[in-house]
Amino acid sequence: MEPRILLLVSAVIFTLGVAGVLLRRGAITILMCIELMLNAANLAFIAFARQFNHAEGQVYVFFVMTLAAAEAAVGLGIVIALFRLRETTDVDEINLLKW
Amino acid sequence: MLLIGFAILAFLAILSAATVVTHRNPVVCALALAFHLVAIAGFYLLLDAQFIALLQVIVYAGAIMVLVLFVVMLLNLPDEMRGRPSGPLQRFLGPVLALLFAAILAQAFLRFPGIFRAKEAGFGTVESVGRELYGRFFYPFEVVSLLLVVAMVGAVLLAKRKV
Amino acid sequence: MFEIVVTLVKLGVVVGALMGAVSVMTWVERRVSAWIQDRYGPNRVGPFGLFQPIADGVKFIMKEDITPADAHKPLYTLAPALAMIPALCAFAVIPFGPTVEILGRTVDLVIVNLNGGVLFAFAAASLGVYGIVCAGWSSRNKYSLMGGLRSSAQMISYELALTLSVMGVVLVAGTLRPTEIVEQQGGWFWNWNAFRGGWQLLGFLIFVIAGYAETNRAPFDLPEAESELVAGYHTEYSSMKFAMFFMSEYINMVTSASLAVTLFLGGWQIGFPVPLEGWPLWGLQILAFLVKVSFFLFLFVWVRWTLPRFRYDHLMNLGWKALFPLALANVMATALLVALGVVGR
Repeated sequence: MEPRILLLVSAVIFTLGVAGVLLRRGAITILMCIELMLNAANLAFIAFARQFNHAEGQVYVFFVMTLAAAEAAVGLGIVIALFRLRETTDVDEINLLKW
Repeated sequence: MLLIGFAILAFLAILSAATVVTHRNPVVCALALAFHLVAIAGFYLLLDAQFIALLQVIVYAGAIMVLVLFVVMLLNLPDEMRGRPSGPLQRFLGPVLALLFAAILAQAFLRFPGIFRAKEAGFGTVESVGRELYGRFFYPFEVVSLLLVVAMVGAVLLAKRKV
Repeated sequence: MFEIVVTLVKLGVVVGALMGAVSVMTWVERRVSAWIQDRYGPNRVGPFGLFQPIADGVKFIMKEDITPADAHKPLYTLAPALAMIPALCAFAVIPFGPTVEILGRTVDLVIVNLNGGVLFAFAAASLGVYGIVCAGWSSRNKYSLMGGLRSSAQMISYELALTLSVMGVVLVAGTLRPTEIVEQQGGWFWNWNAFRGGWQLLGFLIFVIAGYAETNRAPFDLPEAESELVAGYHTEYSSMKFAMFFMSEYINMVTSASLAVTLFLGGWQIGFPVPLEGWPLWGLQILAFLVKVSFFLFLFVWVRWTLPRFRYDHLMNLGWKALFPLALANVMATALLVALGVVGR
């Protein structure tokens, strides 16, 4: 069992997350794809923590999870506020500041 | 034995991630993401990081995704439609940049051959992570708790009807 | 090989006991509620109506299984399973007996002796929200949706108070393993965590109240109250799917009761020294665990049929503005005592 395979899985999930952020239209779905990317990074952290047998990688994952929680809360608050204004979460419609 | 479990988990994780990225109904996407998070927790368990695996289930799958599901259901979001068709520049640049990205990730993949070393006793236990967290990372720990308070206040203010 | 067989046997025993407890609880609920309300309960089906659960089971199997035409079929069918599986999983870390000797080898009477066992029980409890949310949404019925959202908001709010109230015990015990927490409560009954050391009575009280809210039971059952939301998240469910929701609620009750017993009331410890050895002692300890859990289940039923239910905003106020600060204060006070070396290890 090699760490490379875990890194490969992490890379695939990260790529899927990036594709999701670029291709999807709903604001909440984009937030979910960002969570995918964060999880892929977490997987890589834990793989390396296991490889080098230290707890530092796990502490980083702890912090990333906390930050993801904070970001999800604030992001969803923004989406709700936006929805109240524009009645839609489609990011293509939220274009008032476009030049 | 471990390899079979790993293969199944990898397949499930990638399948649910693909569902999140492609399915048109946001509720199904959110549930697929919750499933994906539990699959990642399974990975952590396979790597003997017990504490982080349990935290992943409690925090990520059990709290954050429930919050996302709430918002999706309360806003009663419809199925997402496909976007406008892209112009020729995007259709050229898209695959090129994707291949470039894949090349970057591939060279990271090729640079780390070797198998996992033996696990130390006490790796991944609550004690070891706790010692590290309250030892070296004490200051970031306190700062992160402050950040959570700020995020909470901010989220409540953003979502209130009248300030 | 021996390990695998023993684990499978333990799994079989625990799942069988849980399912048996569910059917006994339906009978207990109806008889005790009848006793409280000064009437007879079911007393026709067998002696004292003891075969009533069998009649109920047959009724559930025979009923027509109606699926609303508009419902989201995959999630609608999946939701009862999503409710049932975490409920069953949470019991995996609860020690229902001491370390016994079978065929010369020591066997822990717990299915999985995880290093972070208490966290696992809470992880399973957190996952139990999904069944309710899915059921509420997939029925495409505004009452179900409101009931599902209310119920899950209530559950995640009280999860905080629940987890924090246990942190006091964890601080005093110095470990997250349920087996070790129970072993530290040996001796006389004033050694139990609710009384000794950190005096976790406040934590115990908060745990019990939050446990009632977590399982959508007792005075916190507004999301499934008949006069409020028809039947809340399981309005559109009939026959076996409804029976699965019903069963998962009872299994959650049993798990909540077992956790309270394990963490605060000494688990399988008898509470007074008994001059026995070997299997008689161990059998008595398992019996002690069962008696304590049964008392808690009786308490669940008693409280349900005695107290009126909370209005939803009162319920959320209680969770966030009363129980959560109290639990925080409990953790801080216990942490202070542990740091000063007065209690714990």
